[in-house]
Amino acid sequence: MIRLTGIEKRFGLNKVLKGVDVVVPAGSVTALIGPSGSGKSTLLRCVNLLEAPDAGEVEIDDVRLSFRAGERPRKDAVRTLRLKTGMVFQSFQLFPHRTALGNVMEGLVTVLGWRPDRARDRAMALLDKVGMAHKAEAWPSTLSGGQQQRVAIARALAPSPRVLLCDEPTSALDPKLAAEVVDVLRTLAHEGVTMLMATHDLRLASTIARNVVFLDDGLVVEEGTARAMFTAPRDSRTRSFIAHITETAVHAWTD
Amino acid sequence: MPHWLELMAASFGSLMVAGLVFTVPLTILSFAGGLALGSLAAMVRLFGPRPLASLVRFYVWIIRGTPLLVQLFVIFYGLPSAGILIDAFPAALIGFTLNVGAYTSEVVRAVIASVPNGQWEASYSIGMSWSQAMRRTVLPQAARVAVPPLSNSFISLVKDTSLAAAITVPELFQAAQRIVAVTYEPLILYVEAALIYLAFSSVLSILQARLERSFGRSGGFAGARP
Ligand SMILES: Nc1ncnc2c1ncn2[C@@H]1O[C@H](COP(=O)(O)OP(=O)(O)OP(=O)(O)O)[C@@H](O)[C@H]1O
Ligand SMILES: [Mg+2]
Repeated sequence: MIRLTGIEKRFGLNKVLKGVDVVVPAGSVTALIGPSGSGKSTLLRCVNLLEAPDAGEVEIDDVRLSFRAGERPRKDAVRTLRLKTGMVFQSFQLFPHRTALGNVMEGLVTVLGWRPDRARDRAMALLDKVGMAHKAEAWPSTLSGGQQQRVAIARALAPSPRVLLCDEPTSALDPKLAAEVVDVLRTLAHEGVTMLMATHDLRLASTIARNVVFLDDGLVVEEGTARAMFTAPRDSRTRSFIAHITETAVHAWTD
Repeated sequence: MPHWLELMAASFGSLMVAGLVFTVPLTILSFAGGLALGSLAAMVRLFGPRPLASLVRFYVWIIRGTPLLVQLFVIFYGLPSAGILIDAFPAALIGFTLNVGAYTSEVVRAVIASVPNGQWEASYSIGMSWSQAMRRTVLPQAARVAVPPLSNSFISLVKDTSLAAAITVPELFQAAQRIVAVTYEPLILYVEAALIYLAFSSVLSILQARLERSFGRSGGFAGARP
């Protein structure tokens, strides 16, 4: 479960998040949609403290942290939250100097202090789950984008986080490769992995997410079930945004 | 045997001894010291408090902006006037270490900064601390990019150590000068000295190529292809 309450974040004079409340129930997937610059990435990065919120509360399962401007979160609090979250980046960010297997083992060995053989077993199981076991010894630079992202998903899952944060996991991929990644994420969703994902990918949002949150200019404008949001959005900004991404999606699929 | 070959053969021993006893240790010690100093300086500039970072910038500015020969003269001939007497070899060692430190600090700083921010974030996102991210993710990637420029510094240093002759260190080049003083055969002796420098730096070039090949195992990674 993720509960974000009154999250605020500014960069200099630019107030990017203006008091955002989002709840992702345990075992469900919430899609975060909204125009470019609306603060989706920033919100995700506030959950695992890649950015420290200026105000508000982040709660994941049994841990709750409050933030105040100018106050750095404590190191052990940061570590606790990071171990409860895994993150998937738009640009994969695999470690280029480690093999696919090495990437997935890294958190287990370096952070959790597992013995390498035990870490290897878990990493292989995860690579198998994302359909990448046959590329365990491959270097990231030799993998396609879709393959890299699947390895990155396995890496994020390795330390058994309670929630998975995905920042546009498919938007650097062409539709065919994106489909591979969507398949993996859908499997995870069915298994009950709690996910919060920013995305412009209508297929991803509509087939995997139970709930959708529409963010505009640092505020939640509208939220609801995926079906309600995509078929009957109430707010005019939501309506025009959804019309816009539907159009681009159709273009992408017919290209 | 022709005269020139005879002379080269006769002087080879003393040139080699001077090279192995002075040139090689001077090169290796001041490179190791300079690399350590430069890495420290780079860390201070990237992550240290501002006043210290300015101090490092000042150091790099002075060393890069003045001739190495002049620096050596200041240390060996100049400092005694201020009551600081340093023997020739340690003086050369200090001079070369400071010099290598300034240049490598720039290299180390650049290669660490060249590792994309996303790599830090990916490391943090799986729970790593700053030092774990540095050690496990950033430094290995930076090291790979650093091999060619650092090898360049190392090879330049082998040749630059000949400047130590000017502050009375009896290294390879000075050994050649001494033999010239009694044989009056500058062409033969200096060419011989040059060939020995060439041999030393060629060994380093070969080591560099090996090192690059072993780093190349990962199939070349994005953004860091040589
Ligand atoms: N590190 C930063 N420093 C300064 N400004 C930032 C920083 N990160 C984000 N911003 C600003 O915050 C705003 C929101 O950015 P954010 O990346 O969260 O938007 P987004 O909704 O993810 O957009 P996109 O769909 O393009 O990814 C933008 O105006 C951006 O310029
Ligand atoms: Mg974004």
